[in-house]
Amino acid sequence: MTRLYSFHGGVHPPENKRQSLGAPIRQAPLPARLILPLQQHIGKPATPLVAVGDTVLKGQKIAEPSGHVSAAIHAPSSGSITYIGLQPVPHASGLESPCIVIETDGQEQWIERQPLTDYQQLDKQALIRHIRNAGIAGLGGAGFPTDIKLNLGRDHIVNTLIINAAECEPYITADDALMRERPDEILSGIEIIAHLLQPSHILIGIEDNKPNAIKALRDAIRARKLPIDLVVVPTRYPSGGEKQLIQLLTGIEVASGSIPADVGIVCQNVGTAAAIYRAVILGEPLISRIVTLTGFALGHRQNYEVLIGTPFSVLLESAEVDRSRMFRLVMGGPMMGISIEDDRIPVIKTTNCIIAATREEMPPSPPAQPCIRCGMCEQVCPASLLPQQLFWFAKGREFDKARHHNLFDCIECGACAYVCPSNIPLVQHYRFAKSEIRNEEAEQLKAAQARERFEARQARLAREEQEKEQRRKERAEAAAREQARKKAEAEQADAGEQDPEAELKKLKTAASIARTKLKKARDALKNAQEKGLDGTDKLEATVLQLEQSAQAAEQAWQNATGVQH
Amino acid sequence: MTTIVTAVLILLLLALVFGLILGFAAVRFRVEGDPIVEQIDALLPQTQCGQCGYPGCRPYAEAISNGDAINKCPPGGQSTIEALADLLDREVVPLDSEHGEEQPKTVAYIREDECIGCTKCIQACPVDAILGAAKQMHTVIVSECTGCDLCVEPCPVDCIDMLPLPVTPTNWKWPAPVSDPNLILTDRGRGHLLQGGSQ
Ligand code: SF4
Ligand code: SF4
Ligand code: SF4
Ligand code: SF4
Repeated sequence: MTRLYSFHGGVHPPENKRQSLGAPIRQAPLPARLILPLQQHIGKPATPLVAVGDTVLKGQKIAEPSGHVSAAIHAPSSGSITYIGLQPVPHASGLESPCIVIETDGQEQWIERQPLTDYQQLDKQALIRHIRNAGIAGLGGAGFPTDIKLNLGRDHIVNTLIINAAECEPYITADDALMRERPDEILSGIEIIAHLLQPSHILIGIEDNKPNAIKALRDAIRARKLPIDLVVVPTRYPSGGEKQLIQLLTGIEVASGSIPADVGIVCQNVGTAAAIYRAVILGEPLISRIVTLTGFALGHRQNYEVLIGTPFSVLLESAEVDRSRMFRLVMGGPMMGISIEDDRIPVIKTTNCIIAATREEMPPSPPAQPCIRCGMCEQVCPASLLPQQLFWFAKGREFDKARHHNLFDCIECGACAYVCPSNIPLVQHYRFAKSEIRNEEAEQLKAAQARERFEARQARLAREEQEKEQRRKERAEAAAREQARKKAEAEQADAGEQDPEAELKKLKTAASIARTKLKKARDALKNAQEKGLDGTDKLEATVLQLEQSAQAAEQAWQNATGVQH
Repeated sequence: MTTIVTAVLILLLLALVFGLILGFAAVRFRVEGDPIVEQIDALLPQTQCGQCGYPGCRPYAEAISNGDAINKCPPGGQSTIEALADLLDREVVPLDSEHGEEQPKTVAYIREDECIGCTKCIQACPVDAILGAAKQMHTVIVSECTGCDLCVEPCPVDCIDMLPLPVTPTNWKWPAPVSDPNLILTDRGRGHLLQGGSQ
């Protein structure tokens, strides 16, 4: 048996789990409309692959991951796409977000399933791609895309795989029901995860308040002879927090700011393991999950197998809600969940529980009193923080100090607010401070980006200015050169008339050329006369002409020299 | 006597050695640029709107480091003034209303069918966040727009609107819990429900 460690703090709120465990998992009705938010996971929203009017089959991919941290979305049932756009989504803000709406046709007609039963023979990357294609995101609550946790690469060596079956929050029994009824699905899923990560050690952490689930799992493990340690931990909220469970089972404290993989540990939820089994062995993408419907305003309090996208209202009706008694509708558990006002919102991949509480069950919180510095919050904080200190910083908007006191290690478990005798809504203060800090960071990022763009623009303008200047200069230079050339030409022309030396030379050359020509002509004439050829008269005329022009040239030269000397 | 001389000599030697090291470090690890201007610039919102009277945040940062007032930046508002006062050890003063009021952040949107493609807004945008070409429809890259307002004025057909960014679940912020003394039992407002939500 593995040794048990412990984590700091923790509380024992009333469990209220029994109400929803009286009956087995029930299939929720097929709703007329399925609403599928594009963002059901941590990371970037998915990108739709369908258009309004398209008909889709059950299990057909209708949106694909956009980016590394993102998850695909599949049609939970067959029907046609009637709307793509804003719809209210399960979010603390109560705001709308892009969704794909499917009008179901009631046929439940499956697309061809593509199981990978021989996954052990397959390339690991192909298997991870298959899981990514199935749109699996952590079903435990955060909704982190599972393929990333299974694809850690060489920089993380995984030696321990922890399967989180603690389900520590009151009211919620979805994992409990899954373990009781489908332990084999979970174990097959664990086998697939183990095949991918090759851990040396596999642990399942489960709280001791689930004897039936423990028995079911233990029997299944024994029957399959799997090397899995089922570790039963004492019931104490929040033992199911990832870092808390790791500390409970291994004694390792995951440092602030690092992830379990940094210390060689990967945590997966039982629901996620079952979803992986379904995706790989049955070829069914993540299109449904188990949701606990509980609270005393419901006629049937039990777990439902619900198609993703089913509106809360449909489930509430199916569980025979008494709206006159329903005082508050909570999504998630009573410690970490959020109150919602609009029950048209759909179940998403991370919805594990819906509580329709009566006034007696969840009365309005009494007014907050001043903090009396009793220190009770500090004693129960599982993250070993100083909640009252964080509260002061958040209230005084001293966010830097809050951050330095590790505000971001707070898992918002609500244990501090649960014990606070002054009823201070501590978690609200932390959520407020966290979102202010995140916002500030985003703004700083944007400012840095704007600075860069501004500087780039300044540089561009300077460059353009310089280029313009350069061109202007070049043009000016070219014009100047052109002018200079023209001027020189004109000057040369002028100089031809004026330069006496050159003129003289020209005249002299002309005279000598005329003389040479005359001589040649005379020779030709003489030659012709001697031989008695005809046409001598013509030659005589030429000689006469040349004689005249030679004389004229001689004369001009003589004149010019005369002028000169 | 000799011990004193030796001690003095050793100290001198040490002083020399450390002096050399320091001198070397000063040259080797010299910080480029004017770090205080960088620090001031890092605190300014980088809207580049020019409301401070300088052509951008960096020039204003330089002016502040030369002694200009720290309360001339409306987009930064009071929080920026406080951060600057903290950095420069100056008095916190209210925003100089001569330069404008602190307003909620907005982003420019061009009513695209009205745009005549004159490119005037592109020339005005300090961060090149507007796309378009002559005689073509122009559009604003929302993620890059700083909301500086500078493109609105030059547009000859007045087709640019400054609108607040829509709140989505991604940029939504948790509200501060309702101030405690005002809370009464029968108050079933939103803040109240939120408070109870985690209990
Ligand atoms: S909500 Fe945060 S501060 Fe409070 S007990 Fe839980 S982890 Fe600690
Ligand atoms: S439990 Fe409440 S009253 Fe006590 S120290 Fe913490 S915040 Fe203050
Ligand atoms: S007023 Fe505008 S330009 Fe001046 S510092 Fe502030 S944001 Fe920058
Ligand atoms: S200034 Fe106005 S009309 Fe001209 S391009 Fe810009 S948006 Fe279009």
